[in-house]
Amino acid sequence: MAVATTTQTGARPWWAGRRPPTPAWVGTVPFLAYVGVFLLWPTGIVVVDSLKNPNGAWAFSNISELGNPLVRGYFIGSFKLCVLSSVAGAVLGAILAYAVASGDPDGVGRRLYIAVSGVLAQFGGVTLAFAFLVTIGPVGLLFHASWYFDFPWGIGLIYTYFQIPLMVLVFLPAIDGLKVQWREASENLGASAWQYWRYVGGPLLMPAFLGALLLLFANALSAFATIQAWENQIAYIVPQQISTALSSEVGLSNVNVADLLALGMVILVAIVMTGYALLQRRAARWLR
Amino acid sequence: MKSPYRFAFAGVAAALLLATGCSSSSSSSSSSGASSGSSVNWATETSVSAGGGMSALIAAAKKEGTLNVIALPPTWANYGTIIDDFQKTYGITVNSTLPDGTSQQEVDAVKTENGTAKAPDVMDIGLAVALANTSLFAPYEVSTWSDIPAAQKDPNGLWYEDYGGYMAIGYSTKFGTITSLSQLLGPKFKGAVALNGNPTSANAALNGVMMANLAEGGTASNIADGVNFFAKLKAAGNFNPISATGATIKAGTTEVVFNWDYLNLPSYVGVPAGSWKVFIPQNAVLGGYYAQAINKDAPHPAAARLWEEFLYSQAASGGQNLWLEGGARPVEQQAMTSNSSINTSAASALPAVTGTPVFLTEAQNTAAANYLAANWAKAVG
Repeated sequence: MAVATTTQTGARPWWAGRRPPTPAWVGTVPFLAYVGVFLLWPTGIVVVDSLKNPNGAWAFSNISELGNPLVRGYFIGSFKLCVLSSVAGAVLGAILAYAVASGDPDGVGRRLYIAVSGVLAQFGGVTLAFAFLVTIGPVGLLFHASWYFDFPWGIGLIYTYFQIPLMVLVFLPAIDGLKVQWREASENLGASAWQYWRYVGGPLLMPAFLGALLLLFANALSAFATIQAWENQIAYIVPQQISTALSSEVGLSNVNVADLLALGMVILVAIVMTGYALLQRRAARWLR
Repeated sequence: MKSPYRFAFAGVAAALLLATGCSSSSSSSSSSGASSGSSVNWATETSVSAGGGMSALIAAAKKEGTLNVIALPPTWANYGTIIDDFQKTYGITVNSTLPDGTSQQEVDAVKTENGTAKAPDVMDIGLAVALANTSLFAPYEVSTWSDIPAAQKDPNGLWYEDYGGYMAIGYSTKFGTITSLSQLLGPKFKGAVALNGNPTSANAALNGVMMANLAEGGTASNIADGVNFFAKLKAAGNFNPISATGATIKAGTTEVVFNWDYLNLPSYVGVPAGSWKVFIPQNAVLGGYYAQAINKDAPHPAAARLWEEFLYSQAASGGQNLWLEGGARPVEQQAMTSNSSINTSAASALPAVTGTPVFLTEAQNTAAANYLAANWAKAVG
């Protein structure tokens, strides 16, 4: 743009001064539009359609379907699997993250762990289920785990495989935030390692830990391809039953039931979220 | 309070996005059926003779130039060859979308893509889904209509069964020879016995349970004995809940598979011919046929009708014999056996059966599905 540069003068551009001041909220428009189109609108469709019958008429009685013992079973299955895999993933991942954080901050080990975690946190679906199947499944190369097909243990183990690296990735920055001076200060004041973690480190990390736990919970709640590749002859969790409700070939498909199950998942997340917010308010009280 | 809520929001956003990904998509506007441009409107013709004969149909179809098909796996019932032959014979391009789709997904595509040029023209569809969606179909009677048994077609020509097979147990020859269903409860079948999908969702799986039901002495109206058989399999540790595919059979993780006989052939599964056998229990001959139907708003109405004529042609290189060569039983097999147009070597290669074939009625199918919806997960979960 050499030409343009030489013709530029010190004068202000023609539009300068005519432009009305831009309100600050304009910058948020792309974000709000994105959220509106890809989050709020589809959620609205789910809520509205879940309260209709296949002919399009209102059917508020659909809601009672959530109390059906069969449907409740899918939610209990989802909840079990999410709690098992997110708690196991969060605890083991936090320990691993602590081990990584206490190593050399510029070391090869740390970089290796982060890189590998970045890859494995995305490892899921058919490939992962198949990897476990041939390793510890019915004709496992390593050994045959008799509980491989026992819900939620076998599939919980598979989920934990991608939950741990995700936990390492999201929790490592929080551990890095612990200043070594705090530890030194508490030791100077005579605190034991247990007391340091109980009164200083633990409370500091708790909000981040709970936040990461919730992320892991949501990650497990919405996973579908992995469990479907693990087994697909029985529906244990809600997404599997949504799939049946959407595509049953034997006359059991009902889009409105699928919407209702999706609504149930939204409610489940809302409950977990509320619990998290309450816990967090307590955990972070001293921050205020 | 800054960072912690970020996680929370991300979690909720992720959950909502994924949950809503399952919602129904809105249906698009409808349009009138496309006309083929000539004086004959093939979209409303109900037979080839009514539209002016085969050469008129071929000319109109060639003018359209394209046919949209959906959910036709190339390795399934010889569809790869059938599509190639149709393209070569008539110079019409076949757009094959969603080859591994389900019948319900076919119907969904017809609804959501209605009025667009990429809407499916023809469907190859499970009977239960066909019966629930007849309002989407255009009536049409192929030239060989009278050779389709009356029980296997809609009297008004909205749908007509095309090919099918009998539910069969495919198994690895390492188990020797299986001669009865109850053998599968034995200890050597630990973790080996699989269905092809979830019986509340997949037609082949429902029929697998029904076949076990018939072999156990149950009737087609009550699938309970079949569910009990699978509960016993589960209790014996022999039930294998992985979805059986060619890959799992080759990997040795599903060594006994309930599936339609034409999908249980070594050639379809992809294993050497000597390593996989097919067995149909005595007096448990359960037939299942797919059906053809034409989208009433087909973007290529003449090509759609020409496709049906091709599929129901009894010529040596016609669709009926091509299905047979793929191990499926064409719906006109009986008539073709009588008039000697059948490919006899392909016919004799089909698995042998003893007993009268049973075909589920709509009511029996619904009763079975409802029983499974309430009891399947309890029995094997």
